[in-house]
Amino acid sequence: MFDIFLDDAPALVVVLPLLISAIIAFMPSKIWPWIISIITLLLHLFLSLHLLKEISVSGLIIYEFGNWEPPWGISFKIDGVNIGLQLLFSIFVLVSTFYSRKIFLNEIDYRDSGKAYSLWLLAVGSLNGIILTNDIFNLFVFLEISALASISLIALGAGQNRKALLAAFNYLIIGAIGATFYVIGVGFAYAMTGTLNMNDLVIQLAQYSDGQLAIFAGMSFMLIGLMVKAAIFPVHIWLPPAYSYAPSAVSTLLAALATKTILYFFVRLLYEVFIIYPSYLSLFLDFVLYPLSLLAIFIGTVIAIYQDDIKKLLAFSSIAQIGYITLAFSLKDHSGVASGFVHIFNHALIKGGLFMAVGYFAILYKDRVTLNSLKGFGYKYPITSFALLICGLSLIGLPLTNGFISKLYLFQALYTNQMYLSIALVAVSSALAVVYFWKIVEQMWFSEIKFKSEKEDAYIYLPIWIVTISIIVFGIYSTPIIEFSSLSADYLISGYQN
Amino acid sequence: MSNSFLIILGIIIPLFAALFSYVCRYNNNLRDSFGIIGGLITFVISLKIFHGIQNNEVYQITFFTLFDGVDFAFKVSALGSIFSLVASSLWILASIYTIGYMRGAGEKNQTRFVIFYSIAIHAALAIAWSGNLLVLFIFYEILTFSTFPLVGHKQNAESQSAGRLYLSILVGTSLIFFLPAIFWIWLKTGTLDFQDGGILMNKFPAEYLSFLIAMLVFGIGKAAIMPIHRWLPAAMVAPTPVSALLHAVAVVKAGVFSFLVVVVYIVGPDFLLQTKSSDWLVWLACFTIMASSIIAITKDDLKARLAYSTISQLSYIILGAALASSLALKGASFHIITHALGKITLFFCAGAIYVTAHIKKVSDLKGMGYKLPLIFFAYTLGALSIIGVPPFIGSWSKFYLIMGSIEREFIIVAIILGISSLLNIYYLLQPVVIGFTQNSKKEIKLIKAPLTVWPPLITGLGCLVFFFYANYFLNNISGVIVN
Repeated sequence: MFDIFLDDAPALVVVLPLLISAIIAFMPSKIWPWIISIITLLLHLFLSLHLLKEISVSGLIIYEFGNWEPPWGISFKIDGVNIGLQLLFSIFVLVSTFYSRKIFLNEIDYRDSGKAYSLWLLAVGSLNGIILTNDIFNLFVFLEISALASISLIALGAGQNRKALLAAFNYLIIGAIGATFYVIGVGFAYAMTGTLNMNDLVIQLAQYSDGQLAIFAGMSFMLIGLMVKAAIFPVHIWLPPAYSYAPSAVSTLLAALATKTILYFFVRLLYEVFIIYPSYLSLFLDFVLYPLSLLAIFIGTVIAIYQDDIKKLLAFSSIAQIGYITLAFSLKDHSGVASGFVHIFNHALIKGGLFMAVGYFAILYKDRVTLNSLKGFGYKYPITSFALLICGLSLIGLPLTNGFISKLYLFQALYTNQMYLSIALVAVSSALAVVYFWKIVEQMWFSEIKFKSEKEDAYIYLPIWIVTISIIVFGIYSTPIIEFSSLSADYLISGYQN
Repeated sequence: MSNSFLIILGIIIPLFAALFSYVCRYNNNLRDSFGIIGGLITFVISLKIFHGIQNNEVYQITFFTLFDGVDFAFKVSALGSIFSLVASSLWILASIYTIGYMRGAGEKNQTRFVIFYSIAIHAALAIAWSGNLLVLFIFYEILTFSTFPLVGHKQNAESQSAGRLYLSILVGTSLIFFLPAIFWIWLKTGTLDFQDGGILMNKFPAEYLSFLIAMLVFGIGKAAIMPIHRWLPAAMVAPTPVSALLHAVAVVKAGVFSFLVVVVYIVGPDFLLQTKSSDWLVWLACFTIMASSIIAITKDDLKARLAYSTISQLSYIILGAALASSLALKGASFHIITHALGKITLFFCAGAIYVTAHIKKVSDLKGMGYKLPLIFFAYTLGALSIIGVPPFIGSWSKFYLIMGSIEREFIIVAIILGISSLLNIYYLLQPVVIGFTQNSKKEIKLIKAPLTVWPPLITGLGCLVFFFYANYFLNNISGVIVN
């Protein structure tokens, strides 16, 4: 009986959260929505593990919805590229859901908790859809669901600060523009090829191998739309307010996973579909993505230094970190793409951990966390503070943390591509990261005010420490992350070299 | 006791000292005693390892692999055995001195101070015994972060901005230059292990070697070569035990030690001599020696003066490493010991003068020589050793450095070293001269702090005594140079 479920595992990881979200939406209870979400996500993790098992045997799963064969039906594709990300997604979502309960109880009206978890699962399901889908229009649907769910989640922060509404509205407008760009691009592609399935698209596009203006226009529209969604500089402006005014649990989920999944699809589109036009691809990578990534790294870091609001500081640091990832993806070789995936994994953990810790501080301080308000927190809340310290050191990229592994492989990739200037810039930017991070540490431990330590909530610091420990473990034993990333790069780059 | 266990023990004991100090934070005497006990134990271990290295024993331990070709491993080199011996032996005296100073000066937060002091020593020992460049880098950073609370100890605006400068220069340079240089070496050779004769020969393009050397010497900001020296005078806002042990011994010596290690075990002196890619560094080191000596003359604050003197003396070691001839390397390695012994004496005295008479400035020392004869006696011994007057231990290292520069036919460098000694005489002995020749009308109330007087006397006399036992150290040092 169970096998029936397992056969449909690729669909269930997406559909299950979406279904449950409808069920819990109007539950008046304070705790049941959370319990049901946790059970759902445990199942989700189980299904992901099952997928991993399947992939390790077969290497590729194409799941056809309703047994409609592609290119007519919608299909999901699971292969070496996304299985690692799927696993990370499952695990992190579970941890952050565990973390979210106490945070939601403090930050939003408890009667809303049913709605909050409904939206939460909606976001989880749709983001997971982005990871698995093999259909460019289906992706648009998931993009829209995830955007609407996260916008509503961000707007829930209005109970704390009315600016959350403005941030959500900003995200709505800019996100809609991005989605429109994307769907126009899809329209162009469909008009020219008559297909929406990614694998089929590759075959159909081959007939225009000499290039067609309509195709290039469509591709450009799609890429720009995705860049907006992935908050790649300079179309990142929706991200800092959205991350910083959302309820803390929501910031954690979005910062760790939302942009990462879109970045993943972005790179998949580039290296799996647009690869048939190598000249177009290298034009885009060398003259658009590469310079923009460098700008993102530098400007994101510098702006972060001048932030007083900690969540905003972290959000701008995210802009810079997304820049690291896109810089790696713009390198067009195995080492580059692999290091991009390494950083997707590592940065999801680091930023997730940081937002979790800061979110807890926001509850303890009962106001927005600014540099000033952190005075003496190192003594007051040592357990969480210490986790924050480790996550921050990892953000800087010191050895024995996973941030160092990211940096190592990024340097290696840049070096093999002989981009010495970028190496210098990355090195300088990681040194600048010390500046903004140390401002936090200084306030927490070295301000003149002294406090006695207070009791911390284990329900909150446990998930934070799970993330923190994984940061250290993957800093010392980095093989799993390296292997998943190089597997992803193998799949993607093999297309490039043929 | 097995050799690898000895390493673990030596590295962990300072951490235990820190832990026990925290546990016993309500009992001041007990809390402060762990520094001395830890110092004694690590000293015995360092001494045993020092002798073991003389007898060609191998001390190494590997924990786990960090990434391809790089393990988290410790392996004691001849150079490392010297550095650890210096750091651990002076830790004992510094712990005694700390008790006298911190209580005499009535400093707050003494528990935090003692804890981070021990952690800093832990990092210094781990640097000394690290098995490859990445492990060295890890503990290099830990040393920086653990000394930050000590520099900013007073927690006022001045010490906070000094702490920021300290951290931003040291961490910044290490992340911008040192770490990329390590990556570069790894990408070219596939390893970072320390090996006699270096690992770069035939693997690293000779035309880029001077660039790599530049990245390393500026990346290792703790070596305080100009223009990356500003953090050291800034760090003098810290209580004097910090300046004495950390900013005259552990931290700055960790810097020059790292650079020496890179030259001897990574780049390889032969490779350097062949390519002459460090010859430019000889001149930069000479410039630093002269410039900081001249700045030292203008400083009236005794600790600031000693700080600039330290910068100048550190460049002696950089100079020796840059010359890369066997005599120069011998001198540079030996200078780690001789300068540590001399400079810690001077800092101990400066602190003792501050605690007993609350004097910070050289010009205020009028007539103090008669009131504090023991301190001034110790100070004179330390100063003479640093100047390089026989029969003080400092004369040996200077002798080897001058010989090394002549060996490499850098006659001007030898002359500069001579001039620098003259400048040393002026700015180091001026406080003594003022102390004994001029009389002050001011009545100065003296506070008794005997624990601050004995440590400098011991190290000062050490400068004198070890002159006759220099061969004891030179045995290990000659193991450094592989011709």
